[in-house]
Amino acid sequence: MFRTIRFASLVRNFATKPEEIGNLVKGNKVVVFMKGVPEEPRCGFSNAVVQILRMHGVQYNAHDVLADEELRQGIKEFSNWPTIPQVYINGEFVGGCDIMLQMHQNGELIEELKKVGINSLLLETAKEADNTKK
Amino acid sequence: MPYSADYIKNKLSDKLDTLHVEVVDESDGCGGKFAVLVVSNAFVGKPLLQRHRLVNSVLEEELKEIHAFSQKTLTPEEWEKRNA
Repeated sequence: MFRTIRFASLVRNFATKPEEIGNLVKGNKVVVFMKGVPEEPRCGFSNAVVQILRMHGVQYNAHDVLADEELRQGIKEFSNWPTIPQVYINGEFVGGCDIMLQMHQNGELIEELKKVGINSLLLETAKEADNTKK
Repeated sequence: MPYSADYIKNKLSDKLDTLHVEVVDESDGCGGKFAVLVVSNAFVGKPLLQRHRLVNSVLEEELKEIHAFSQKTLTPEEWEKRNA
């Protein structure tokens, strides 16, 4: 009897986890799973993503996978992506550090942010520079 | 298990229709950190995320051990432009 109960609770635990992660990725227009926190990233790749989002002036939710081993494994399975950091825009997985860097460099990130109603700070500063020229 | 840059390079060349592969071991030999550049016909017409997923799938087993991995994925055409 005792064993049955323990087993049941274990199963329930696993069943709710993807659902919880599903809610987490929709918690904000931009959601980041990283090592450390934005104020103190604990990995160069996570830091790169934080710096990129800072340049674009994006408000986002950040989750520290080092603080929660279950989340660390769970998010990898959820996205079918083997590494951290992971960036979600509008609940959709966008990619890791390499993809964010490339999207930042080719201007795609500005477009993706615009689609969800976020005006990139880089766009604003570019406009201002343009206006002063005129 | 530590992996060598050559091992990663051979596996990528084997599984993907590659024109060019560069693998840099950035781990000082411990085999846990790599940067790769892959030029392949398999990337033609695929968005960036799909390309990276393709590379990840080839190295699925290895990426459980490799803790830092960065990749650049180019089509032969993009590779030529870059070298032009």
